[in-house]
Amino acid sequence: MTEPIPPILALAGVSKSFGAVQALRNVSFELYAGEAHGLAGENGAGKSTLVKILAGVHRPDAGRLLVDGEPVDFTGPADAQHAGVAVIYQEPTLFPDLSVAENIFMSRQPRGRLRRIDRRAMHAQTTELCARLGVALDPQRPARGLSIADQQLVEIAKALSRDARVLIMDEPTAALSGAEVARLFSVARTLREHGRAILFISHRLEEIFELCGRVTTLRDGQWIATEPTDGLTPDDLVRRMVGRDLDTLYPKQDTAAGDAALKVSRLTREGVFTDVSFEVRRGEIVALAGLVGAGRSEVARAVFGVDRWDAGAVEVGGRRIPPGSPTAAMAAGLAFVPEDRRQQGLVMDMSIERNIALTGLASLRRGPVMSRAAERARARDWAIRLQLKYSRLTDTVNVLSGGNQQKVVLAKWLATDPSVLVVDEPTRGIDVATKAEVHRLLSDLAARGVAVLMISSDLAEVLGMADRVLVMHEGRLVAEIPRDRVTEETLMAAATGRGTGRSAA
Amino acid sequence: MTATATTPAGAGVPMRGGARRLVDRVARVRELGIVVALAALFGITGAINPSFLSLQSLRDVLLNSAIVALLAVGQTLVVVTRNIDLSVSSTVGLTAFGAGVVFAAHPGAPIPLVVLGCLAGGAACGLVNGLLVGIGKVPALVATLGTLYAFRGIDFAWAGGRQVNAADLPESFLSLGTRSVLGLPLLALVTLVVLLGVGWVLGNLRSGRELYAIGSNPDAARLAGIPVVRRIIAAFVANGALAGLAGAMWAARFGTLDATVATGKELDVVAAVVVGGVAIFGGSGTVYGAALGALLLSSIGSALAVLQVDALAQNAINGALLIAAIVLDRVLALRVAAALRRRRFRDRQEDRNGGEVGGTRKVEEAAR
Repeated sequence: MTEPIPPILALAGVSKSFGAVQALRNVSFELYAGEAHGLAGENGAGKSTLVKILAGVHRPDAGRLLVDGEPVDFTGPADAQHAGVAVIYQEPTLFPDLSVAENIFMSRQPRGRLRRIDRRAMHAQTTELCARLGVALDPQRPARGLSIADQQLVEIAKALSRDARVLIMDEPTAALSGAEVARLFSVARTLREHGRAILFISHRLEEIFELCGRVTTLRDGQWIATEPTDGLTPDDLVRRMVGRDLDTLYPKQDTAAGDAALKVSRLTREGVFTDVSFEVRRGEIVALAGLVGAGRSEVARAVFGVDRWDAGAVEVGGRRIPPGSPTAAMAAGLAFVPEDRRQQGLVMDMSIERNIALTGLASLRRGPVMSRAAERARARDWAIRLQLKYSRLTDTVNVLSGGNQQKVVLAKWLATDPSVLVVDEPTRGIDVATKAEVHRLLSDLAARGVAVLMISSDLAEVLGMADRVLVMHEGRLVAEIPRDRVTEETLMAAATGRGTGRSAA
Repeated sequence: MTATATTPAGAGVPMRGGARRLVDRVARVRELGIVVALAALFGITGAINPSFLSLQSLRDVLLNSAIVALLAVGQTLVVVTRNIDLSVSSTVGLTAFGAGVVFAAHPGAPIPLVVLGCLAGGAACGLVNGLLVGIGKVPALVATLGTLYAFRGIDFAWAGGRQVNAADLPESFLSLGTRSVLGLPLLALVTLVVLLGVGWVLGNLRSGRELYAIGSNPDAARLAGIPVVRRIIAAFVANGALAGLAGAMWAARFGTLDATVATGKELDVVAAVVVGGVAIFGGSGTVYGAALGALLLSSIGSALAVLQVDALAQNAINGALLIAAIVLDRVLALRVAAALRRRRFRDRQEDRNGGEVGGTRKVEEAAR
């Protein structure tokens, strides 16, 4: 950077908070034309918030956004698009009822006479974009029912079609196969050579090293470093991301595994997952790992009875439970902390005590009416045990921070005294301190003989907490790796279907 | 329907193209289904009483369905955006009575001007709804239920028990309600023109496709930079204007106008839209389907009259039809979802079995 060319896009001292959670704190960041810039950080480090500020979805509470060195104010995604910023979001944002081509060209469809949409041109351009990405997608097919990988490719095609000056990719590769990733990277390199700027986010560190010249690290919403990837090792980067010793964060106690508490045999839900068999023994923490869309959460949902299974069996403590009945699953001693606590884990407008009471309405009755006293006693008991931070138990849960909300969900389920606890992404989007508390709690539970099945996309969490790791790839269980042999490499290899892990029995 | 059900299981269908054909067929089947139902209705009723198929009788069926069909076209604009407008009947009532009052006071008033006035009045009502839903973020069901009562209340306060009779209206205006042009009732022709116009806009303009996008995934629509609020307001205003036009048509057709005009019609309109295959949660459906739905529902009424079935049974039959339509939609949606899911799974298996070969084939296909 010898010439004084201002960065295409920059943040200067940006802060952003959501309620009690400070997502970004005084972050500065510069993106130059012709560079691919990596963004690294753990879950909850603030990467997605940063992306959404650059995309015009969120407005910073403090600090400035600069385009070509000039301060700008994005009032919405449309402003960011006009400034030449295109974003590939982590979660595909498609219109299920509309065709692939319309999804890509929405609001920018090529037009002919009378401003009529030129469908033929639109479909031709879509086919061309797909060819650049090396996929065969029918432009006229509706987006509904596309696989996660195909949805992601549509997102990428959408961003490419904008021919933007800045391309932001928020974990675009999570669901893609090796060949698709290679194709995406060659397209990205071409764009970079043409003077576009690329901001690339990925959990797979080797991809950041492969594509990016510089990398910026965030931790707990704060800027840690911006440095060239040359001379940096993956271990250096992990250290910047985590900022502490892994062992203290994951206080896994050694436990002796007992009898099988949960036994899943040949479980199949057509088109979602196939022939999944495993068991979780008392006192054991088993992680279910894999890429987003591999079918992990779906297995958990089926085991708990939220979705029905088409074939197979689930046994809890040696007794079969019927399909599609959460009530029966709870009676058998299962508890399920779902992935999305705001939508599925909690009733956001209800008080803390009532949320905790939800799993035990039958035991909190005096005759036909609910006993407020019993409800409160139960909530107070668990609030103390889990060190919940609250002002009054009658406050609605939506005023709590993410970490404390998660504690309420855990309290709700632990109050049922489960023999098997299924947790889906237990620490997603919560602060580091609470994260450590949740990990300690899971470890204690296992030590007391509870069987824990943990789904997590957080590699460090999987490596640190699990006694055994089951890996899913495209709806199948492809590997089972014991604690002493699991590494980031073996895990990712199995999860991406490169299959070096040992097959499950 | 049996054909649709068996196709997904059939082997040897080319992968992605096959799934698309299925979906296409299901989409078309929706409108085709109503056409089939209409044909059956006319066939059976005509067989029992041939006079039902006489030219005059068919003309009456069209005339009777013209107003509800027009309202169904407007309603579709709102419903595809994942909203609903229950206040249309009150808008019809207000504008119809307004037209009557103007003509009663000034028999010589120019008819086009009065019709334009009805359109403008309806658009104003639609704007109120649009602002409540778009800016006020009030759920459409509640907002338009409120304006349903509010507009009707204004109508009552204005009319105060007054009634405008056909005798008070100029003959030139009343004749529009019954006149035929090119063998078709004028009112049905107006509806047809509006139907084709709105259908073209929804299918071929960016703004039309954006309405579907908003209903299909509101968050994604915002991220795509679509002016969501403006589009929703526009849909409500257009629907209101069409309700105003329907009000003018009502006045010309019936002549007797008081504060109760068109009371309860909103439910007929919503029923027609749903029977016509417009998804009540937005994102899919066409105005053609909605208009056919309106035609089907009102034809059933006419047919039952010809067959001398108790008129009271008509409501029960319409209700049964509505439920049948929704059940059919749900079953079809599940079938399609299951078929797509299975197909996707099979594609993957093929890819895996083919290994690298599968990967290269895909690239080659794309390169072609």
